[in-house]
Amino acid sequence: MVIGVGNPTRGDDAAGLEVARRLRKVESHQQVGGSYELIDLWDGADEVILVDAARSGASAGTLHRFDASDRPLPGGVLATSTHSIGITETVEMARSLGRLPGRLVVYGIEVSDLTPGAPLSAPVESTVNRLAEVLDHA
Amino acid sequence: MSVDREIAVDYLARVEGEGAMYLKLRGDEVLDLKFKIFEPPRFFEAFLRGRSYFEAPDITARICGICPIAYQTSACNAMEDAAGVHLTGGLRDLRRLIYCGEWIESHALHVFFLHAPDFLGYESAIAMATDFPDRVQTALRLKKIGNQLMTVLGGREIHPINIRVGGFYRTPTREELKALVPDLEWALEAAIDTTKWVSGLSFPDFERDYEFVALQHPDEYAIHQGRIVSNRGLDIPAEEWGEHFEESHVAWSNALHARRRDTGRSYHVGPMARYSLNFDRLTPVAQRAAIDAGLGDSCTNPFRSIVVRAVEIAFACEEALRLIGGYERPTSPFVEVEPRDAVGHGASEAPRGLLYHRYAVDGEGLISEAHIVPPTSQNQLSIEDDLRAYVPGRTGLPDDRLQWELEQAIRSYDPCISCATHFLDLTVERE
Repeated sequence: MVIGVGNPTRGDDAAGLEVARRLRKVESHQQVGGSYELIDLWDGADEVILVDAARSGASAGTLHRFDASDRPLPGGVLATSTHSIGITETVEMARSLGRLPGRLVVYGIEVSDLTPGAPLSAPVESTVNRLAEVLDHA
Repeated sequence: MSVDREIAVDYLARVEGEGAMYLKLRGDEVLDLKFKIFEPPRFFEAFLRGRSYFEAPDITARICGICPIAYQTSACNAMEDAAGVHLTGGLRDLRRLIYCGEWIESHALHVFFLHAPDFLGYESAIAMATDFPDRVQTALRLKKIGNQLMTVLGGREIHPINIRVGGFYRTPTREELKALVPDLEWALEAAIDTTKWVSGLSFPDFERDYEFVALQHPDEYAIHQGRIVSNRGLDIPAEEWGEHFEESHVAWSNALHARRRDTGRSYHVGPMARYSLNFDRLTPVAQRAAIDAGLGDSCTNPFRSIVVRAVEIAFACEEALRLIGGYERPTSPFVEVEPRDAVGHGASEAPRGLLYHRYAVDGEGLISEAHIVPPTSQNQLSIEDDLRAYVPGRTGLPDDRLQWELEQAIRSYDPCISCATHFLDLTVERE
């Protein structure tokens, strides 16, 4: 299962959602808002791929990949939220509760433009297309 | 001679949105104290002007991802008030039912993830999950059940799309609601157990003589409508809000400060106010849970609001079960609401407290003026008064301990800073 996370109305923050939306052959889910809900969403899944926006300072469109199955995600890369906890914290909470999927791979797409209402920026859209294609044929 | 001492928290954790606290002390004396809201202004009232009365619920729902139902309900109430329409029967029940879902979800988030870590000495709920996995699992399941209720009635749990002026676009079948019953029965038991658990936490010895303000209804624990009452004798319909309360702008906050007009003093909205004013209208199981938790019929210690929230989760589950039990699908999902040139007022009880909306609408149904007063801006002054009262006698505490307790006091209001941000002086004129 592929889960895309993000905000559809904040430019590049929609990157993860857009990857999930483009998938045709694999099960996908677009998760807007709450992070805690991810733990219920992946309940019982063997393998989950999570795609989120990243802000590490790398150039826009850079793709980060982490295997979170048995070690924490690095701090300061994935986006945070003022309303809820971020992906990094959600994964650790799930790990404490024994509720991580068997395998969890997290992709972070480096963002640049978060202007409300903006479309994906060109470098982010290019990475979104490329990643979607790879995941759909995996 | 005492040395001046400063405690500053530049970025408050475990509140919704961006806020800060600043405290300056000389000995036991508080020289300066500010609860700051620095999240940027959002201009909602300005961009509602010129929009249709029909759009107000969906536009204002966007103010908050935690309490969209509160915004949609207050907006619908105001537009229906302007048109002289009152929902009855099944439609009224459904409006109350979806609000129960929001209370369950929002209160579970606050009790377990935002406030409990304060009492247990954790920086976050993630750290707490290792030592209290069962409590965190309970929290996740309660949140999920609240979300399910909102999804079945609202189409989705965040910014629901099925609520409209006059009712709903589609009403659920009896079977759809009945399917929620086993989970809600579990949630009620979990809430009673949670009430017991949080009542055993240790609370600072601190009481304040608040003016509590909340909605009141003769027959029920008010959620989605009622008169605005206080424990100082206030008893008014929503349309008189402006005669009794006023808002002012202060330099250190992007949220307006509200106070009582006659006394100029702070007042307190939220679970403690609702509970203290409406204890006798709580559903029986929730009332029993409160008594067993040693609460009495009022609560004036803000730190104990965590217990009141747990009681309100039990109430919301019990009330949801009652509403589902008596549900008959309405013949039409909505009643027609024809616009007319009028001013409408709407109030409801957001999880954090009274949320008041006022709109002027013209004969075409276009909004010419909008005024939204969220609970957190009403509580700002009360938060500052709490901190000012809390510090004297505790200045012997080391900075980090004092800071921890003050942050905990702020968090006991479950402040929603994103809701409260506002900007006063914006005028757009076009020829």
